[in-house]
Amino acid sequence: MKMRSSLGRVRGLGSAKDGVSHWWLQRLTAVALVPLCLWFVGSLIGQVGADQASVAAWLAQPCPAIVMILLAIATFYHAALGLQVVIEDYVASEGLRLVAIAAMKLACFALATAAVFAVLKLAL
Amino acid sequence: MAQFTLPANSKVGVGKTFPAPSGAKDVRAFKIYRWNGDDGQNPRIDTYEIDLADCGPMVLDALIKIKNEIDPTLTFRRSCREGICGSCSMNIDGTNTLACLKGIEEVRGDVKIYPLPHLPVVKDLVPDLSQPYAQYTSIEPWLQTESPPPPDKEQLQSVEERNKIDGLWECILCFCCSTSCPSYWWNGDRYLGPAILLQAYRWIADSRDEHTGERLDALEDPFRLYRCHTIMNCTRTCPKGLNPAKAIAEIKKLMIERR
Repeated sequence: MKMRSSLGRVRGLGSAKDGVSHWWLQRLTAVALVPLCLWFVGSLIGQVGADQASVAAWLAQPCPAIVMILLAIATFYHAALGLQVVIEDYVASEGLRLVAIAAMKLACFALATAAVFAVLKLAL
Repeated sequence: MAQFTLPANSKVGVGKTFPAPSGAKDVRAFKIYRWNGDDGQNPRIDTYEIDLADCGPMVLDALIKIKNEIDPTLTFRRSCREGICGSCSMNIDGTNTLACLKGIEEVRGDVKIYPLPHLPVVKDLVPDLSQPYAQYTSIEPWLQTESPPPPDKEQLQSVEERNKIDGLWECILCFCCSTSCPSYWWNGDRYLGPAILLQAYRWIADSRDEHTGERLDALEDPFRLYRCHTIMNCTRTCPKGLNPAKAIAEIKKLMIERR
């Protein structure tokens, strides 16, 4: 039975004084992903019909490699921010929410690292 | 987890039908959600057939007619019957609105009436608003200043400053918007919801208020403010034609501006 007043529950633990940078970075990465994704799709279309060796050689050049790394970082950063909101929205249990967000963030970080490593392996 | 199905004791059954009187010319069926915590029954939908030739034009007129002439146990809030008190907010024909502003002719077919979604029901069409009211109290909805008020006159505002709270002061706190917001459904315990955020912005935008920073501090929270995902149901449903989504966007802009 909960006898705490409604106002007591609403005031709760107070404001977290946080959330602005999460919101701002989500928009910033979204804007960055627009040209990056267009470049990625355009470049892949340009590689239609090419064999593995020539695609690898293209990606080993500095410019495509740098933009590809930026794309990987922006993608996984944006994904981590967005998935965090989804988990916060739909997982009500505090413990499960914490575990799910932590697992998701570690997974995004691992995937981003793997993607960057793959490009560097070709380029360096 | 968010609940997507109703618990067993909330499943809605079929209730009684009250047929139209013989000789009725223009019959319309009103299907109304009924629930009474005292009888231990599940909620049900009662059907009232009304002769529109003998009834006022608004949904509230029909509800009052039902209560007066057919079934005095039907329970709902109403007061001003002209869209200024915000009491008769309910879900009519799938949209949250005020029964006194919703014309019966605007609804095609049967008129389905439910209480505001996702709030505990007290009885029939009366939801428990203690949570939204407490959230309203939490934003301290009154003018706060550090400078002492002038002893002999009002605190003045220019015409331009006054214009900034147009579209905000008209809110009558009927909570149609908050209870139409999925984010408020899932996280209403921590998210303030569009009605309260519009009210919060009403004081932030008021040139006479000197506690803008403290107000923004209190809102800067992943749940209180940032559960708004710009779904826009609030603006779509507002019976007063206000734009809570824009007010929330303005708060988010100020959060960036003050960094």
